[in-house]
Amino acid sequence: MSNRLSIMVVSGSRERLQMAAMVASVGAVGGSDVRVFLSMNALPFFVKGKGKDAPAEGKVGELLAQKKAPPFAELFSNAVELGDAKIYPCSMAMDVLELEQSDLEPYVGEAMGLTKFLDDASEGQVWSF
Amino acid sequence: MTNRKLVDARGSFCPGPLMELIAAMKAASIGDELEVLSTDKGSANEIPEWIRKVKHEHLETTEENGVWHVVVRKAK
Repeated sequence: MSNRLSIMVVSGSRERLQMAAMVASVGAVGGSDVRVFLSMNALPFFVKGKGKDAPAEGKVGELLAQKKAPPFAELFSNAVELGDAKIYPCSMAMDVLELEQSDLEPYVGEAMGLTKFLDDASEGQVWSF
Repeated sequence: MTNRKLVDARGSFCPGPLMELIAAMKAASIGDELEVLSTDKGSANEIPEWIRKVKHEHLETTEENGVWHVVVRKAK
């Protein structure tokens, strides 16, 4: 069985971004081949310096900000640096938001299309947030 | 003599202590011991699970005044 873990992140809520980052980081450091695809309302929070602006959906999201939980951006960075995860922004969302690669956090890789992501995700587990 | 490095992750939440341990482990040598201090009970359970999965050694976990001490050895 493949140890690939494909994670599609489309929500801009703090809780969902946090959970996606937890799955990505723990999966990657545990030896899974983690690929993350960022699209829709998630992508604006991967623009440099914008991660802390992600709004909470509910109580836990508010507490995440108040307590010393590692921010989702730090966990995605850990996934890349400590676990060799790959994080791809959706090329469509990049076009719609008029973003360039240089606008994004440094741990985010080159833009990818959905066809390639789905092809890569055809083996292993697929999660969406 | 065995080196033991302290990883003070008190106040952080899961998976912060695990990530701090892994970062410290990358800089450690084989045979070194690392002691994680965590106030997060979930991490006290999570760290031994990760150690088992990636085949390092979990030496002991103790709790004192709400602080968990998780001691591991880098095995490879």
